[in-house]
Amino acid sequence: MKISNQWLGQWVDHGLAVDALGHRLTMAGLELDAITAVAPDFTGVVVAHVIAVEPHPDADKLRVCQVDDGSGEPVQVVCGAPNVHVGMRAPFARVGAVLPGDFKIKKAKLRGVPSFGMLCSARELGLSEAHEGLMSLPDAPAAGTDIRVLLGLDDQVLEVDLTPNRADCLSMAGVAREVATLTGRPLKVLEVPAVPAACEDMFPVRLEAAADCPRYAGRVIRGVNPAAPTPLWMQERLRRAGVRSLGPLVDVTNYVMLELGQPMHAFDLAVLDGAIVVRRARAGETLTLLDGQPLTLSGDDLVIADEGKLLALAGIMGGEASGVTDDTQDIFLESAHFVPMAVAGRARHHGLHTESSHRFERGVDPALPLRALERATQLLCQIAGGTPGPATVAEETSRVPVQAPITLRPARVSRLLGLTLPPERMGEILLALGCQVSGAGETWQVTVPSFRFDLAIEEDLVEEIARVHGYDNLPSQLPLVRPDITWLDEARVDPRRLRSRLCDLGYLEAITFSFVDEALEARFSPDTRPLKLANPLSSELAVMRTTLWPGLVKAARHNLNRQQTRVRLFETGLRFVPEGDALKQEKVISGLICGALLPAQWGQAERPVDFFDLKGDVESLLALAGLDRQVNWRAARHPALHPGQSAELTLNGESLLGWVGALNPALEAELDLEMPVFLFELSLDKVCQGHLPRFQEQSRFPAIRRDLALLVDAALPAAQVVAVIENAGHQTLKGVNLFDVYTGQGVPEGRKSLALGLILQDLSSTLTDEEVDTIIHDIVTGLQEEVGATLRA
Amino acid sequence: MESLSNLTDAALTAIRASADLRHLDELRVHYLGKKGVITEQLKSLGALPPEQRREAGQAINQAKQVVAEALEARREALELAAREARLAAETLDVTLPGRRQEPGGLHPVTLTIERIQALLEQLGFAVAEGPEVEDDYHNFEALNIPSHHPARAMHDTFYFDATTLLRTHTSPVQVRVMENQAPPLRIIAPGRVYRCDSDLTHSPMFHQVEGLVVDEQVTFAHLRGVLDAFLRAFFEQNDLKTRFRPSYFPFTEPSAEVDIQCVQCGGHGCRVCKQTGWLEVMGCGMVHPNVLGHVGIDSERYSGFAFGLGVERMAMLRYGVNDLRLFFDNDIRFLRQFV
Repeated sequence: MKISNQWLGQWVDHGLAVDALGHRLTMAGLELDAITAVAPDFTGVVVAHVIAVEPHPDADKLRVCQVDDGSGEPVQVVCGAPNVHVGMRAPFARVGAVLPGDFKIKKAKLRGVPSFGMLCSARELGLSEAHEGLMSLPDAPAAGTDIRVLLGLDDQVLEVDLTPNRADCLSMAGVAREVATLTGRPLKVLEVPAVPAACEDMFPVRLEAAADCPRYAGRVIRGVNPAAPTPLWMQERLRRAGVRSLGPLVDVTNYVMLELGQPMHAFDLAVLDGAIVVRRARAGETLTLLDGQPLTLSGDDLVIADEGKLLALAGIMGGEASGVTDDTQDIFLESAHFVPMAVAGRARHHGLHTESSHRFERGVDPALPLRALERATQLLCQIAGGTPGPATVAEETSRVPVQAPITLRPARVSRLLGLTLPPERMGEILLALGCQVSGAGETWQVTVPSFRFDLAIEEDLVEEIARVHGYDNLPSQLPLVRPDITWLDEARVDPRRLRSRLCDLGYLEAITFSFVDEALEARFSPDTRPLKLANPLSSELAVMRTTLWPGLVKAARHNLNRQQTRVRLFETGLRFVPEGDALKQEKVISGLICGALLPAQWGQAERPVDFFDLKGDVESLLALAGLDRQVNWRAARHPALHPGQSAELTLNGESLLGWVGALNPALEAELDLEMPVFLFELSLDKVCQGHLPRFQEQSRFPAIRRDLALLVDAALPAAQVVAVIENAGHQTLKGVNLFDVYTGQGVPEGRKSLALGLILQDLSSTLTDEEVDTIIHDIVTGLQEEVGATLRA
Repeated sequence: MESLSNLTDAALTAIRASADLRHLDELRVHYLGKKGVITEQLKSLGALPPEQRREAGQAINQAKQVVAEALEARREALELAAREARLAAETLDVTLPGRRQEPGGLHPVTLTIERIQALLEQLGFAVAEGPEVEDDYHNFEALNIPSHHPARAMHDTFYFDATTLLRTHTSPVQVRVMENQAPPLRIIAPGRVYRCDSDLTHSPMFHQVEGLVVDEQVTFAHLRGVLDAFLRAFFEQNDLKTRFRPSYFPFTEPSAEVDIQCVQCGGHGCRVCKQTGWLEVMGCGMVHPNVLGHVGIDSERYSGFAFGLGVERMAMLRYGVNDLRLFFDNDIRFLRQFV
């Protein structure tokens, strides 16, 4: 909402400097966005009357003009504007004038002809972007009048951001009312006398949807002049409000909307057939709007029609066929009340947003239509002539919105605000806001004014009282904390602990978008149909990720493309995995490494990361919840991973914990990564679920270590060998340590050598050599039977 | 046979010239060993007349002692030299960098969330979470934003279908908490939120922290008190000025926006605060009775306040980051600045 301070001053003498006014409005909830001058600085520009125009002897496009600038002597000016003509009044920058941009006007010769000053366009004065020739000044202002005075250019516009509840401030009248309340100054209410009918012409109006439109004021005006110029003062006010001047008929309806807040519409009477009918559209009816856009309507749309056709989308935009044109002679003015629910959402549904819909869907004062109609009639007849018929109002008064009185308990106001405010002060504020207060003592009945659609419950009044009293004047106090002890689940590892572990391991935390490119997502999860956004911003942000890997891989690529050679990233967040009709929003922790294991360093050879570097990191994460020994790593295929370097992690043999592996080289090439990339993704909840430590008796007797060198099939997973040993059921076996894996000389083709250290210890005695031999023999036998292992000679 | 003194002189000369311990040991054997040349001298004593034996014996023993002492002295000298040589050889340039993994670190958004959390936990706030793919009911309806409400236009919403969407704020967590827990409630809900908007100052995904307190006798003064104390603590500035401006959110009444004095210029006006001296940092208000009503909390008995703040905004102010988009580029040169 753009508010001209000068215009506001005609409504209320607020007595504040413009900055102070802006601050006061901000602190009352009408947030000031900017204060701008309505015109840049310039001096020495006056009204000039063009009294002669001759062609320039040496230039086709220039004219030599004589103008009367009020100085008594005609002044010669060379002018290039195509619209200059005798009788025109235009701004004239005299010699010595300074135009915006510190442009000084001096005597000049243009193609040999002396020129004393410059006739100006609106753009040259910084009043408009349009460059349509000289600015034509209607209403025959006296030559020599200073343009700044004529147009009242020493004015500022306050641009205010209005919240959706404050529709009552979408007009000068509303802002002035608010300013009067805030400053305690009287509001100078605009007198709008009824315009007497000068002819008997009326046009019937029928309300077939009175719940949506309970009141419709209208009037016929015959013989208007659509070519009459809009007066300068009105053009200027429209301009300062950000509205373009489009001829007197449209300008007046716009002006009244800006002034009083009532959106209006002018129909060309000649195209109306029978009667105005306000009704819901029938499904499939079509209407072409003023802007040329064709719409197909449904029963949710409220329309203005006549007996034969649709005329307008009620409260949103008029139709192309029924609007006023340059040839219009007789008009029918509409000033109606549409209830918010009839308009709310309909404009957005059709992709429209107009000044009118903006107001109606937030709520326009139902008491306004007739007053606005009279005001518009008065202005229109002044400007464009015409003979008004009688004002007519079709209404169903029982349907006109009436706010029920609100019960207000002064004690509750104080209780909610934490401030003891005297009830008298509350009453004063409510009265200043236009409310009527009845009742006394503990319970009041407050009737709010018809323009305050936003006030419906007690809390709304609490806010109003606080707002006018000033939020700055409310107390600030820390609440008492009710002492209580939150239980802590000791078996659960705080996810923050996992994050800090990864940081210690050299990972940087990334935050990637939760929506990803559909094609990329499909490369990672070809068997999942990801959740698709109905209105994505771009195809790159179109589907919800089912894994965090696409985002991490893209982040890695971003860095590799910027001269980074080692990347270690992790992210925690949700992945969105459809499961049947349901959606699983699962928290995961994922990571990526590529490049050298350590930064280049003088004391050691650089080595690229490999699977086991990542596996070690993952194991150290799992160890936080004591899961590193319980998790089962199984070689398994994943569409995004290297078929020979990918592992599926399960817990206790069943629950899927996640995946670890090398990015599939095909994908690596496709994404131009140019180096192996290793990835992990684990269910965060599962890796955080540990267990309470449980003390176990320690042996006081020495542990015995026996090493085994085994030959096994080269493809046999080492974990299987360890599992056979651990599952052999020997209580005294305390640990198995795989300390060497070897293939090559001395090992038969197709076999590999595994060196294992077995730690044996008994709780109640020192194990004898015989006992140890028996156990080892049993284990070796088991290994031979179950995995075909033989002792290496 | 050489005279004893010649022998001794030769020994001492040889010992002085000896350059390593092995050679020194050879000298010891040569002179003093069982068959050493000085030891051999003792054997010749028998050939001397008895009256000379004693004197000669003493001379030999003295010679032995002189040589032995010289050997010992030389051994110590050589050992010392060897130790010193070894230490010299082992001397390192201690200014060379050590071997290590580079430290990693948390994202500034996470740092900010954890900081907010750590501060508010002191006032008894517990962390709550909710889904990011939300339903229309929790994101809008239950928060007093019916389908045609103009406030919906302020939330550029990503939809999946007519009733499923990406949450546009963390406020639905309020509703979910109140659905499942009875007052007193004191929670914060940090998390990702989504708006269909992308330009210099808007990201389609960003983070908010929601706060909710519901209890008997909760007042607007408490809301101010908590946020004043929190903001001063967050910016570690005891004289930080705040101001509460009336505003509008469908789910709070009264509602307010909270501004802080610009932390960049101290309120004098600069580019960061657009010359106003103030920075808008959060929205808040008393929980609307309709919201309490939706979850069956008696608004006559209980009142509450809620607030929501933008994490990226706080992180930008706190760390001086000047471009929102940097948070989601995941450029490691940027991320490393917060290690």
